[in-house]
Amino acid sequence: MIAYIIRRLVATIPVMLLVAVIVFLLVHLAPGDPASVIAGDNATSDQIASIRAALGLNRPLWEQFAIWIGHVLQGDLGHSLFWNRPVAELILQRAEPTISLAITTLILAVTISITLGVLAAWKAGSGLDRAVMGVAVTGFSVPVFVVGYLLVFVFAIQLRWLPVQGYRPIADGLWPWFERLILPSIALGLAYVALIARITRTTMLEVLAEDYIRTAEAKGVATRPMLLKHALKNAAVPIVTIVGIGVALLIGGVVITETVFNIPGIGRLVVDAIARRDYPIIQGVILVFSGVYVLVNLAVDISYTFFDPRVRY
Amino acid sequence: MDAAAPLLSVEDLRTHFFTVDGVTRAVDGVSFTVNAGETLGIVGESGCGKSVTALSILRLLPQRIGRIVGGRVLLEGEDLLGLDIGAMRDIRGNRIAMIFQEPMTSLNPVLTIGEQIAEAVRIHQGASAADALARAEEMLALVRISDARRRLGDYPHQFSGGMRQRVMIAMALSCNPKLLIADEPTTALDVTVQAQILKLMLELKERTGAAVMLITHALPVVAETCQRVIVMYAGRIVEMAEVTELFDRPLHPYTRGLMSSIPRLGAAARQKRLTEIPGLVPDLRKPVIGCAFAPRCPLADDHCRAEAPPLTEHLTAHQAACWKAGEAA
Repeated sequence: MIAYIIRRLVATIPVMLLVAVIVFLLVHLAPGDPASVIAGDNATSDQIASIRAALGLNRPLWEQFAIWIGHVLQGDLGHSLFWNRPVAELILQRAEPTISLAITTLILAVTISITLGVLAAWKAGSGLDRAVMGVAVTGFSVPVFVVGYLLVFVFAIQLRWLPVQGYRPIADGLWPWFERLILPSIALGLAYVALIARITRTTMLEVLAEDYIRTAEAKGVATRPMLLKHALKNAAVPIVTIVGIGVALLIGGVVITETVFNIPGIGRLVVDAIARRDYPIIQGVILVFSGVYVLVNLAVDISYTFFDPRVRY
Repeated sequence: MDAAAPLLSVEDLRTHFFTVDGVTRAVDGVSFTVNAGETLGIVGESGCGKSVTALSILRLLPQRIGRIVGGRVLLEGEDLLGLDIGAMRDIRGNRIAMIFQEPMTSLNPVLTIGEQIAEAVRIHQGASAADALARAEEMLALVRISDARRRLGDYPHQFSGGMRQRVMIAMALSCNPKLLIADEPTTALDVTVQAQILKLMLELKERTGAAVMLITHALPVVAETCQRVIVMYAGRIVEMAEVTELFDRPLHPYTRGLMSSIPRLGAAARQKRLTEIPGLVPDLRKPVIGCAFAPRCPLADDHCRAEAPPLTEHLTAHQAACWKAGEAA
């Protein structure tokens, strides 16, 4: 098991390297010039050229990559071109809102979607099942920003139940923190809920047709333990797999959600960085997000041993 | 027969399956009784309704497809078909337990053996977790699984097919049921293990005093283990008798066909070719006119094809549903 984890961690190195190459190329081959952004609208071409030289942007691409990756391997994500501060520091500063949003969304989405999926499978073919699946299809098809603005319009502007936007640190109190996360979490989590609920329903339907479920019923097991203990644990492996894969949805959605709800998180940081062609920040954030994604899916793989005794590493 | 009231009495049970292809009358008016402590065999080909009869008794039919459309199932005088689901669950695994055909898939792969046996004890006897587990260990030892205490924490994939069926037996008998329904309990096992499992089941039946309803397609198994036999064909009972009586004087041509299709060893084998019953089981989605067995029966005439024979007593405690019961082929 320990050996397996170490092996998997080692295997992430080439993955991350590949990600680094792609991110670097993507950012640098995209049109736009950070020097002209920094220099402002009235700068002369000489001024821009000197800024380019100062930032090292006039060197060959491979050289820039070698310098950057060399620093990254030493744990240094570089300096922001615009803020002139370490990228790692900027990311850490913005981490709390993003982590708060991600975790509330994850918890809300996973509990709601699995509950819905289990109920839909249990009552397959019923009105409840059709309603859940209808919501799932809609939820997966409507973009985050549409859901976001719709929620703001209804619950914040019309009903005035919740704040329109913004973020308060958890240090200011649990409720002020949480009430500003409710609408963003719903907007961000809807597609995720849809994805997990569908997989849960399908897997549970298969499991509920298994012989051992009939054995449990023949034993006199009641509905709840039958669904949750006998069936859901068997359905867990495909479900946690999708939970892990779906984290990609959350990462993509976080950027948009933070913009819609004006949350000063990592998503906003990267959106602003893209507008300014602040290469080190873009690269750093994407690298961190990729690392999180890889680690989440490693955790998912390890969790299989917990759900299924037949899985051994 | 027994003067006392039977343990289980199935009266005119009708179970239909509603599928897109039409309605299948899987069980079509079946009546029989099981007396306390006896072993009753139910024999027939695949699809004759024997398993569906068993599942109907416990009301474990596949949801939305299978439905009991008529009849009564009386357990010690109480009609199980009228019970709400909670009361039915109090009976399942407690007063009536069931063992299934497929030991490889009938145990939950993600729960320990100990938990799967202990669960029934907790549900029905209100035992504490520790007491239930102690009972599970006792049951495992009873079905002769060595090192029972340690194996309580094992999972089904760590057991062989025969051992899993022992676990199923342990689970089924853990609450001392009055009736044990065994649906082809040995069919999926190796021949050498089959005999062991059967012997174990009957030994434990003697010990607990449970009645056993043994469903099988193998007549020799019935001959060895049962006191009374029911032969089913196309969702109906075609013959019912005590076991020696049935083997000595089979009345229904179908029963005789089943018997002559058992291969024999020795001198008899060299004298006679193994006979089979020609044709196929009828399609139960279409209405059966006359005797369902008539198309395959060597004795069938126009009367057989026009009117279904009722199950009537031809000899003492020996019933058959045939117009030509006992006539030689």
